[in-house]
Amino acid sequence: MKFSRLKQIRLGISVLFLTLIALIFLDFRNIIPSSGVKVLLYLQFVPSLLNFLNTVAVGASGFIVAIILLVLFGRIYCSSLCPLGIFQDVIGFVIRKNKNWRGFQYLQPHNILRYSILILTLLLLISGTGFLLNLLDPFSTFGRIFSNIFRPVVVIVNNFIAIVLEPLGVHTIYRVRWAVVAPVSVVVAISFLLLIVWLSAKHGRLYCNTICPVGTLFGLISKIAIFQISIDPNKCKECKLCERVCKAGCIDLQNKTIDSSRCVACFNCLVACQKDGLQFKNIWKRGVFAEKEEKIEPERRGLILSSVIWLIGNTGFTEQTKKIIQSKATTIPILLKNPVSPPGSHSIEHFTSTCTACHLCVSACPSNVLVPSFLEYGLLGMMQPKMTFNAGHCNYECTICMDICPSGAISPLEVEKKKLIQTGVAKFIKKNCVVYTDKTNCGACSEHCPTKAVNMIPYPNPKNNRLVIPEVNPDYCIGCGGCEHACPTKPYKAIYVEGNAIHKMAQKPEVKKIDPTIDYNEDFPF
Amino acid sequence: MLHDYSLVKDIYIGINSKQSENRQTGGIMNRREFLKKTVQGSVVAGSSVAFGNFSSLLAAPPKSSAAYDLVAVKGGEPEIMFDKAIASLGGMKTFVPKGGKVLVKPNIGWDAPPERAGNTHPKLVARIIEHCLSAGAKEVSVFDHTCDQWKRCYKNSGIESAVLNAGGKIVSGDSEGYYQSVSILNGKRLTEAKVHELFLDADAFINVPILKHHSSSMLTIGMKNLMGVVWDRRTWHRNDLHQCIADFASYRKPSLTVVDAYNVMKRNGPRGVSVEDVVPMKSQIVSTDLVAADAAAAKLFGHEPGDIRHIQIASQMNLGQMDLKSLSINRIKL
Repeated sequence: MKFSRLKQIRLGISVLFLTLIALIFLDFRNIIPSSGVKVLLYLQFVPSLLNFLNTVAVGASGFIVAIILLVLFGRIYCSSLCPLGIFQDVIGFVIRKNKNWRGFQYLQPHNILRYSILILTLLLLISGTGFLLNLLDPFSTFGRIFSNIFRPVVVIVNNFIAIVLEPLGVHTIYRVRWAVVAPVSVVVAISFLLLIVWLSAKHGRLYCNTICPVGTLFGLISKIAIFQISIDPNKCKECKLCERVCKAGCIDLQNKTIDSSRCVACFNCLVACQKDGLQFKNIWKRGVFAEKEEKIEPERRGLILSSVIWLIGNTGFTEQTKKIIQSKATTIPILLKNPVSPPGSHSIEHFTSTCTACHLCVSACPSNVLVPSFLEYGLLGMMQPKMTFNAGHCNYECTICMDICPSGAISPLEVEKKKLIQTGVAKFIKKNCVVYTDKTNCGACSEHCPTKAVNMIPYPNPKNNRLVIPEVNPDYCIGCGGCEHACPTKPYKAIYVEGNAIHKMAQKPEVKKIDPTIDYNEDFPF
Repeated sequence: MLHDYSLVKDIYIGINSKQSENRQTGGIMNRREFLKKTVQGSVVAGSSVAFGNFSSLLAAPPKSSAAYDLVAVKGGEPEIMFDKAIASLGGMKTFVPKGGKVLVKPNIGWDAPPERAGNTHPKLVARIIEHCLSAGAKEVSVFDHTCDQWKRCYKNSGIESAVLNAGGKIVSGDSEGYYQSVSILNGKRLTEAKVHELFLDADAFINVPILKHHSSSMLTIGMKNLMGVVWDRRTWHRNDLHQCIADFASYRKPSLTVVDAYNVMKRNGPRGVSVEDVVPMKSQIVSTDLVAADAAAAKLFGHEPGDIRHIQIASQMNLGQMDLKSLSINRIKL
């Protein structure tokens, strides 16, 4: 069969892409280099489009390549490059294998539903929120499923193996800490996983042709694709072999037509047909439709923030509540005005308008600082990651999140520049501090501060003990959260990072020469 | 599960014959067995309270025939200074039992290169491992519960590769699962801690701190370095840090404390801001007495040992000798 090779190529590429993209979300040891991640995700449509709209960077031109492929060959993107699409094929393949599967049937398109979702997504995007796009973007949905469900499973398996091997003296596989659980994201991820499993098992690519806004948009453009699959009415015997293998349910044998808006170019039908009744050929003669381009202007979003919301998002799920050992519990609650968006995100506005909540950064952050938000960015920014410092602090010289972000929501910076980006500023609450409440030394905040923006100064006290208490110099603070992470007070911390709505540049840490005149022949001082 | 080190030692003594049997046949007592024994031993636990606390007695370093209580070296490379120091203490075999497991605990707290002196010098760590192995140690493990992201600390400190090249094992300290609850019987403020299992398992424990300025404890030396074998450090910080540091020093004394003072961070400690915080002092202090090592290192830094509160407290708790005049010290200049 002359077309059989097309399906083989599709299979090869799709398995490769699915495996590699799944691996980058499961890579809890940060083995895959950031540059490789960038290359791998170059073609992902929504992240690339958002990146382009916001930064107009050359590296963000992947979506143009995707559209060129679409115009040339139809929706091969959906079959070979979209991880969620390929993932559905795999699920369907596994589930249908074990049943008396009779094959697919032609389905009527759910036009009202699919175009409504597309229009609503675009309208919301134009009005300034990518909420629906983020929720439905196939790449981000795939990312959330892998980041929130499968990654923890992999970590459990890894830790189990580590525990088994430890008594044998093998430490190359080590236990890995749990990521901070973000309940909303987990629920959303599980819901989408169930929906996808159900739809792909029963109806093949119904999700892609009804719910996915990218699929619907691509369907509109693929109508004018140069190469399309078509039925040769003279050769077709209506044996239905092709219809049974069509995951998209788009082969209408009564009218001998193929709905190119729903065909995902998997080429299964070409291989199935015994009579040469199907062809993949240039149909350019049909004429060209004018291509519409939508212009999207991200607008400032209102931020719905309140202390209650912040508390729900932050406490309870992130850290086990343990009994308070400190002699005096702290009394002053922390009220954040702004969440802290990751370094390289420029501003909360830029971040929330560009991030698709794919959670790749959440998966990759080696310090577990990036956590899906709840309502801190507002309802429409739900699931977009924010920095939290319960599990760790942003490592001073680490740039992983900005190196891998596929949408440009976190844009890459040189390490030296990243070290000066002020994502937020540490605020000290003296009345919560151990030095104030217990009159004992602590200094954990200053210990962790990489720029010594948090410095310890003498603290006069009635007993004249040698006490020191933190003092914050906001000019040097970069908002890494080292101080907040280390602060031991409970239930409320004595130092925390207030987010900068627009990121600023911190001053370079002061460097003074120290006099190193050392006489190595001098006697020991004891 | 709670158990304290003295019990573990009790049990070790009790099952000593079996253990050596195991070793001769090349087998090791696995963790399960170890824990089982510990649980069995905990029945006896109640009685040990009645007789007072033996932990410091039993956990004391093996009585050595070493001629000196403390060795101070100056003017050489870290590994050369250690060669001289350990030789003058009778060699590593004095401290490491043949076929035993050794834990070497450097400071690997920060994601910083060796020249920033935030972490113990990798050459020193490597040389200590080599000495342990040639003294007949079965395995030498290295870990720290780091402050910055642990993989980056291990890598950028140069310690991971140094350990592997020297034939040691580098182990993670980054998961709470590695840590077991123990009671600190002598602790005044710190009575409980979750401690890394390697610290409990090791036949010999070599403490390898780096001397640094420290924003909260004034200096970080040997006792402060022990914080890195514990999971929950916040408890210490909110319960009188200096007292907790001294309390934990009573739990298990190191077989040897080697203070790296080759490059010394004089300010902005313990993380440091730049290389400008560092002075090349090219010194090293080695002692079986943790408190004496800290006292000598404090002097080297320019502080009176008594001014560092945890050294003062540890001295009052009789955990070691703060008064250097009463010690026999070997002073070596290279």
